[in-house]
Amino acid sequence: MSFQAKKKPAGDRLIIKGGKIVNDDQSFYADIYIEDGTIRQIGENLIVPPGVKTLDAYGQLVIPGGIDANTNLQTPQKGLNPSDDFYHGTRAALSGGTTTIIDHVLVDPGTSLLSAFDQWKEAAEQRACCDFSFHLDITRWHEGLYEELETLVKDKGVNSFLFFMAYKDRYQSSDSQLYEAFGVIRDLGAIAQVHAENGDIIDEEQKKLLSVGITGPEGHVLSHPEEVETEAVYRAIIIAKQANCPLYVTKVMSRPAADVIAKARKKGVVVYGEPITAGLAIDGSHYWSKDWAMAAAFVMSPPLNPDPSTPQYLTSLLACGDLHVTSSAQASFSTAQKAVGKDDFTLIPEGTNGIEERLSVVWDRAVSTGKMDENEFVAVTSTNAAKLFNMYPRKGRIAVGSDADIVIWNPKETRTVSAKAHNLTLEVNILEGLEFRGVPTVVISGGRVIMEDGELNVTEGSGRFIPRKAFPDTVYKRIKARSKMAEARGVPRGNYDGPVHDVISMTKSVPPTPTTRGPTGPKTQTGPRNLHQSGFTLA
Amino acid sequence: MSDCRRQWNREDELPVYLAGPINTGPNQRKSYGMFSSVEGAFDSKTIDFDNYAVGRKGSRTPRSGSQERVLDTGDPVGKTPREAREGSRSSPSGEPDDARSGVKVRFTSEKESHNGKDEKLLIKGGRVVNDDLSFYADVYIEDGLIKQVGENLAVPGGVKVIDAKGRMIIPGGIDVNTCLMKPHLGMQPVDDFFQGTKAALAGGTTMIIDHVTPQPGDSLLEAFEHWQEAADKKACCDYSLHVDIPQWNESVKDELELLVQDKGINSFQLYMAYKDVYQMTDTQLYEAFSFLKQLGAMVLVHAENGDLIAQEQRKILGMGITGPEGHPLSRPEELEAEAVYRAITLGNRVNCPIYITKVMSKSAADTITQARRKGSVVFGEPITASLATDGSHYWSKNWAKAAAYVTSPPLSPDPTTPDHLHTLLACGDLQLVGSAHCAYSTSQKAIGKEDFTLIPEGTNGVEERMGFVWDKAVAMGKMDENQFVAVTSTNAAKVFNLYPRKGRIAAGSDADIVIWDPDSVKTITAKMQQSAAEYNIFEGEECRGGPALVLSQGRIVYEGGKLQAQQGTGRFLPRKSPSCFPLPRGQVKSKQGVTRGIYDGPVYDVAPTPKYITPAPSAKTSPTSHQPPPIRNLHQSNFSLSGAQIDDNIPRRSGHRIVAPPGGRSNITSLG
Repeated sequence: MSFQAKKKPAGDRLIIKGGKIVNDDQSFYADIYIEDGTIRQIGENLIVPPGVKTLDAYGQLVIPGGIDANTNLQTPQKGLNPSDDFYHGTRAALSGGTTTIIDHVLVDPGTSLLSAFDQWKEAAEQRACCDFSFHLDITRWHEGLYEELETLVKDKGVNSFLFFMAYKDRYQSSDSQLYEAFGVIRDLGAIAQVHAENGDIIDEEQKKLLSVGITGPEGHVLSHPEEVETEAVYRAIIIAKQANCPLYVTKVMSRPAADVIAKARKKGVVVYGEPITAGLAIDGSHYWSKDWAMAAAFVMSPPLNPDPSTPQYLTSLLACGDLHVTSSAQASFSTAQKAVGKDDFTLIPEGTNGIEERLSVVWDRAVSTGKMDENEFVAVTSTNAAKLFNMYPRKGRIAVGSDADIVIWNPKETRTVSAKAHNLTLEVNILEGLEFRGVPTVVISGGRVIMEDGELNVTEGSGRFIPRKAFPDTVYKRIKARSKMAEARGVPRGNYDGPVHDVISMTKSVPPTPTTRGPTGPKTQTGPRNLHQSGFTLA
Repeated sequence: MSDCRRQWNREDELPVYLAGPINTGPNQRKSYGMFSSVEGAFDSKTIDFDNYAVGRKGSRTPRSGSQERVLDTGDPVGKTPREAREGSRSSPSGEPDDARSGVKVRFTSEKESHNGKDEKLLIKGGRVVNDDLSFYADVYIEDGLIKQVGENLAVPGGVKVIDAKGRMIIPGGIDVNTCLMKPHLGMQPVDDFFQGTKAALAGGTTMIIDHVTPQPGDSLLEAFEHWQEAADKKACCDYSLHVDIPQWNESVKDELELLVQDKGINSFQLYMAYKDVYQMTDTQLYEAFSFLKQLGAMVLVHAENGDLIAQEQRKILGMGITGPEGHPLSRPEELEAEAVYRAITLGNRVNCPIYITKVMSKSAADTITQARRKGSVVFGEPITASLATDGSHYWSKNWAKAAAYVTSPPLSPDPTTPDHLHTLLACGDLQLVGSAHCAYSTSQKAIGKEDFTLIPEGTNGVEERMGFVWDKAVAMGKMDENQFVAVTSTNAAKVFNLYPRKGRIAAGSDADIVIWDPDSVKTITAKMQQSAAEYNIFEGEECRGGPALVLSQGRIVYEGGKLQAQQGTGRFLPRKSPSCFPLPRGQVKSKQGVTRGIYDGPVYDVAPTPKYITPAPSAKTSPTSHQPPPIRNLHQSNFSLSGAQIDDNIPRRSGHRIVAPPGGRSNITSLG
């Protein structure tokens, strides 16, 4: 465990004085004493050993560090690696007040889940500056994955898996596959995530647009209309409900999609929606920008909605609890990388920035405008994600025993986003020029002061992997109760002994499909197989 | 007011508004509550205003002529025993027929001609009800067409006069969804075109649109011709055909073009359910919608999520539930609503109108309603079964009874469903009423006695369709008579481009006319029905409103409970394309690109990566859309084994594919 020992925080002893501690349930004035990377004491007039560094938080808020539940810092697209990797990405995250990220491990079809997970974990342990955890993106479901999933959930600390309903012919899962997978995931106590867009329709629309000569980034948004997103969200919810599996919809980008989630929640479905920084801050009008590089920078799926009222609407749903968690969906590709698709918008790598601005955006759009209070702010930026993904109360709360991931938040200061000043390597920032109220003044990660007075002081590789246990309480208490109730029962009847029509023998020929397997019953062999009627096919 | 004026010299024939409360006839009245009809109050009590008509012209046919009650003289056409029963059907209280008979027919000429074409008929004294307005008028019919509508018509001699006695004269019903020849595992439904159209006529429906259901691999054209041939021989009423497309591929396209342009078919059904048999993927649906839109044809969708159904069926069978209750359990209404939603989304993307067949649940209907609010062109068709009963019977202890209700999508177990669907029908959110009549006998249903997935799907309803809409919507005050005509007939004629030949009473339209008696009450029972099925899913339900007389092509085919249908008189009606009513919204949103300078910055080099091909999930990939992957895709490969095995007693499910390799075939009977 020497590796772990190296990771152990340097043993900073800190006391934060005079701030208002804000958790998701209440706010109160107290001092915080931190030692060995955890919060040791909270209260007034704390008795602390000498030699403690004092941080002054008078007039500011002390909040749990943000948790960004959706980043893609390592996910390659079309063979391109993101320009911001674990180091640059987590550095930017810390500078914006986010102290934990949950990154998506994209498992290429046909490769092993475990090896992909190991690869990601290794990269992150070397490079990441803040704590991290992983979702696994399953790009091709088959029953054979069960054992790997079990290992991941039980031994590796992964409890969330993403499925794609889009990206036809690459990652897309069919309804049958989703249903089967959701059933397995429920049994394992994990959370199913979906990228919800109807890939079949998108594929057709893309062909159509290319054929009429639209090749620029505006083709992206035209081929991903919001109803395609809405339809997939609706379908995912139905499937999850049938399978009695908790569902987490990543990247809710449009009003109707958010409405579908809100309605389903009202009907009692266990579903969570995740709006992202970009969706809460801006709309999709920039796809029509005359500057190709600018327009291409906004390309992501589902796309930003051209309806300018979308950000406000999503913020409102976030405030009232219909949407649950904010994340960034950070996946940055440089302009040169995006330019791979300069003659064909379908080739543009998808992804926007947002990891750094996330907390400020939510504060500015929701708290400053009076839609939500500071406690709800903490809930949607940190606590909800911690609860959902089972890191609570280690993360997402300021309490004795929790990790010392703490942000001192100044609600009065403002900052203007600019690609020149941000901490990513990206040339274009999609939030360029926007001014946001609310900035972090001090960021503490793992008990170490990472940012103070605008000075960022990160250590590459200091981030730790946070394993997450299965069956998060917030989610699974309900699911378990429902599983018990949902037993369907047959009707006991006498045998039907009337006449039975003779069926004329008839050949039923069905093409093979990958999702269906033969009966799973016990296969004790007695008679010889009828080899004349047996067959096999190859595709 | 043309007339309501006959015979009020008989005390017991006073019209209801004159009939005193003290009617001490042999028939004691029973009270069914404030809003139910009073039994016997309407029977043959029309006032004869002729006696009081002062200064009227004598153009009226003399009452004293050869008046006869056809019902009293019996039916000139030979009758089967079933038809003979028919006579007493509409008089459950056991009154003699003549007391009940709603309509009297008189002849000025002595002989009655039955070949229809040269028959001249005058319907007098009725209220013509179209979908837009009602008015009192006489209707003159010649050569199977309505020649005149109006008052004081000048008609030639030798006209047979039908006295409607103030009742409603409505356009004959159009049943937009029947399956009278839909094979299931090689079996034909017990109601073929003869039985089925007979039942339709007895219920006031004078036209059906039947579904041609070819099997995957069959030629659509051949199937269509097969259906047309059978129907031409057997049908007793006019018919048209929808063609179901069992699979989507290039060769289908030519046939579709031919069907639309030469054969007069303008509606095609696609399936989102029946995985591995008829089901299409979203991509195929998108292609099919686009193609059918170009042809100007109507897209009908059977909306259920087949992928999930297959999974649920497997699960339910795995739990040991094999009875008919497994059917609704494996097809929860959400799967229907989901597919409806998806179909509408696809329709919006392609910008083509969508027609949802068999709306069975509240949530599916609500989905349609919401889409219409947002401007989608979508039509919803509830069926008799979903409008009149609910799915609680699937849990019946009687297997045969429970199995009789098996249809897809299933009847919703929610007992408030029929009421809700009627409300939406009344307010126009749902537009037409079908029956999805597809009757299998109990022994045919019993094929699935150990596995509910094998039970042939289909319920009766062609005969009861009009009656239940009247009973549950008009009689309840949800809908007026004009809307009744709209949903049972006119809307269907408009959507499927038969209007105004069908669906309207106007000069020039076909003489498919029903004289509707809003006050007849009958109790539905399988013993009295025209359909050959042993079970009627509405058994025992009381239904107000029914046809007193039905004219098909200008011929009286049903009258006061007696059917005089002739096999093979039905004509095929070709329907032109495009349908005039739901023209796709104009191409307003022509998408335009942005004109930009050429991007001349650096471009990243991409290493070529092999393209993956998704194992096109829910099925048969259309050969056009994919090239085979360069490497052998092991996920798409499979193998199957057949032959007698120890595990054969584990019931197979429809979700399992049964492959027929060269040299052998799988016999379904050996699998069940």
